[in-house]
Amino acid sequence: MLYREAGDFKTSYAEDSQTFPIVIDRVGYYVVLAIAFGVIPFLINDYWANAVFVPLLIYAIATLGLNILTGYCGQVSLGTGGFMAVGAYACYKLMTAFPELNIFFCVLLAGGVTAGVGVLFGLPSLRIKGFYLAVATLAAQFFLVWMFNKVPWFYNYSASGQINAPERTLAGIVITGPHTEAWAKYLFCLVFVVLLAWLARNLTRGNFGRQWMAIRDMDIAAEIIGVNPLKAKLSAFAVSSFFIGIAGALFFAVYLGAAEVGEAFGIQKSFLILFMVIIGGLGSIFGSFAGAAFLVLMPVILKNVLVGMLGWQTDIAAHLEFVIVGALIVTFLILEPHGLAQLWRIIKEKLRLWPFPH
Amino acid sequence: MKLTKIAAAAAVAVVAASPVMADLVFPSLSYRTGAYAVGGIPFADGYADYMTLVNERDGGVGGVMTRVIECETAYNTEKGVECYEATKGEGALIYQPLSTGITYQLIPKASADGIPVHSMGYGRTSAANGKVFEWVFNYPANYWTGASAAVNYISAQEGGSLKGKTIALVYHNSGYGKEPIRTLEVLAEKHGYSLMLVPVDHPGQEQKSQWLQIRQQKPDYVLLWGWGVMNQVAIQEAANIRFPMDHMIGIWWSGAEADVLPAGDASNGYKALALTGVGNEYPLFADIQKYVVDAGKAAGAGDQIGTVPYNRGIYAAMLAVEAVKTAQAMHGVADITPVMMRDGMENLMMDEAKMTALGLPNFGPTFNVSCENHGGPGLASVTQWDAGAKKWNVIAPFEAPDMDVISALVAADSEAYAAENAITPRDCK
Repeated sequence: MLYREAGDFKTSYAEDSQTFPIVIDRVGYYVVLAIAFGVIPFLINDYWANAVFVPLLIYAIATLGLNILTGYCGQVSLGTGGFMAVGAYACYKLMTAFPELNIFFCVLLAGGVTAGVGVLFGLPSLRIKGFYLAVATLAAQFFLVWMFNKVPWFYNYSASGQINAPERTLAGIVITGPHTEAWAKYLFCLVFVVLLAWLARNLTRGNFGRQWMAIRDMDIAAEIIGVNPLKAKLSAFAVSSFFIGIAGALFFAVYLGAAEVGEAFGIQKSFLILFMVIIGGLGSIFGSFAGAAFLVLMPVILKNVLVGMLGWQTDIAAHLEFVIVGALIVTFLILEPHGLAQLWRIIKEKLRLWPFPH
Repeated sequence: MKLTKIAAAAAVAVVAASPVMADLVFPSLSYRTGAYAVGGIPFADGYADYMTLVNERDGGVGGVMTRVIECETAYNTEKGVECYEATKGEGALIYQPLSTGITYQLIPKASADGIPVHSMGYGRTSAANGKVFEWVFNYPANYWTGASAAVNYISAQEGGSLKGKTIALVYHNSGYGKEPIRTLEVLAEKHGYSLMLVPVDHPGQEQKSQWLQIRQQKPDYVLLWGWGVMNQVAIQEAANIRFPMDHMIGIWWSGAEADVLPAGDASNGYKALALTGVGNEYPLFADIQKYVVDAGKAAGAGDQIGTVPYNRGIYAAMLAVEAVKTAQAMHGVADITPVMMRDGMENLMMDEAKMTALGLPNFGPTFNVSCENHGGPGLASVTQWDAGAKKWNVIAPFEAPDMDVISALVAADSEAYAAENAITPRDCK
């Protein structure tokens, strides 16, 4: 009744092709943005920032990145953890080598470095496809982690091989280091999320996105209609790695503050982000957020309910968390193999017809 | 829109964990799950049992009850951050995370929040410099003193000279395992042995290639710097290549019953450094049996009492409680704050009379903490596994490490940290 496009007339092409054609979607989007920028920063405390919002935003960026590569361009990658490590170590080296460099640019440049590395490891995608490509990116994952462990230059020759984020400010506000306020951390990440999500949305519905999707759907057909696979695939790897590099830089510098490559950026991180993409929905911006939210928030909620509210023993709760999250993943994928984004799409379709189902 | 709903549900969940004041809060960032649970469970049990004992037998510390908040980290730094944020608002007095990775995370955060961190025998070694690390303590021993103790012991075995010998370090390829490398390199120059580095990646269930390398290159001694499931595998693999067990020495994190039992008789003679006494024949264990176990209040399954990590949990809790007592005496307040706790830790004195009074005679070394020295004297003893009797025997008493070498390394590393983080070392009068 409320949720429909009837009566909402578009009088220009720009209006017709906008991201949210339905009024209520558009309003909802601005309301979410207003709450995210105008309300949450005033209410947020350390727990909410460090346990919920900052990891959620950072994983959302990484998921967006992998979704561009896997969901839009159809190239399966298991190197996400390794690329995040590139972002983190690039950010660390930039922060320590140029202390006066603005942290915002450190993160952006770290993304740029990762884009370069991503293109390098994307080269095999021109010859191999599918599972074979997944194995090639797996090699990237192991090689990068090994390299950051092995070459002391990357961690400035520290005794333990750990990297620690020194304090850096943006316009006088502390962004990294232990004295960071919760709201500063949150807003810094939020700005990146909004910018990158906007970029992803507009890239994927433009010329590049169409090329990526053509390659994904059938690469030979795409080539015949004039899509250059070299350009399309490598640009997907570059953009995807740029996102993932920024996520890695934020993960290290803003969220953790100290990191160790094997523990923070190991193969389990690659899988986690791939699961976020699959659960959220391949080839969907909303799905990237939904998948990240599902896998970041579920364990925290379950832990707080089982241990905090019910007073269970921590080990039983921790084991049950695995069972419940696992069961939920299986249930979701059986009910809707195309992820949370498809579920959301179906709900919207139903809402358009409601209350008259036919 | 969906997000806000999930967030609202989470809000309800978090609000439910309401804080209770007027008690001494000891968060226990434990790991009872994952690849390192084999060491995490007994330590957490020992820590919780000692605090329960203090409540049940003495009515708390100075009349204030202790409260242990357990939070499961699974040895994972992200969960460690979540646990830290979840517990710090409850009036946490001290963090003992039992993970070098999480300790590295907490050092800057806890220093900024003004909560002491005690990484007993792990964590960042250069935190021993109290001038730079005001809030971090790692008494009574740390990795570098451990490395030195092991080298000293090997040297004594070899008649005082290590010229031309090869020592292999089989280590967990993480901050934890890499910590001793620099010390071992400096000591190698001093003693004239050559060091062979053999990293093992997390979690360490696959070590065939590493031990093949050891079989080919035949080092004279192997130092094992492992944790969790890695220890069992390393000892089993060493037995498989028939490496002489008495030439293999583990750090104190590689010397528990659970590490040697899977290899059976083949592990007979394996040696490990120890921070505390072994076994359950101390008078304190009678009290634990009476007030905790028999009262049905034992933590976990209650089957770990007297194991090496359990005793270490007892020891960590005991040192925390003694620091509370010191702080209470200094400030004349029973319900102390984290700031007072820090003062208590910095003025902690452990002597034999105190330990005997607690029912733990000769359990740990005697030491004093001071403003400059947060690391203690670094004493460690050597224990050897008797597979027949299934018990550890102390074969060398607590001995001092090569402090000349270590002090210089600590000074260099802590100064580098201070410079990197713009910390001005405080003045210890």
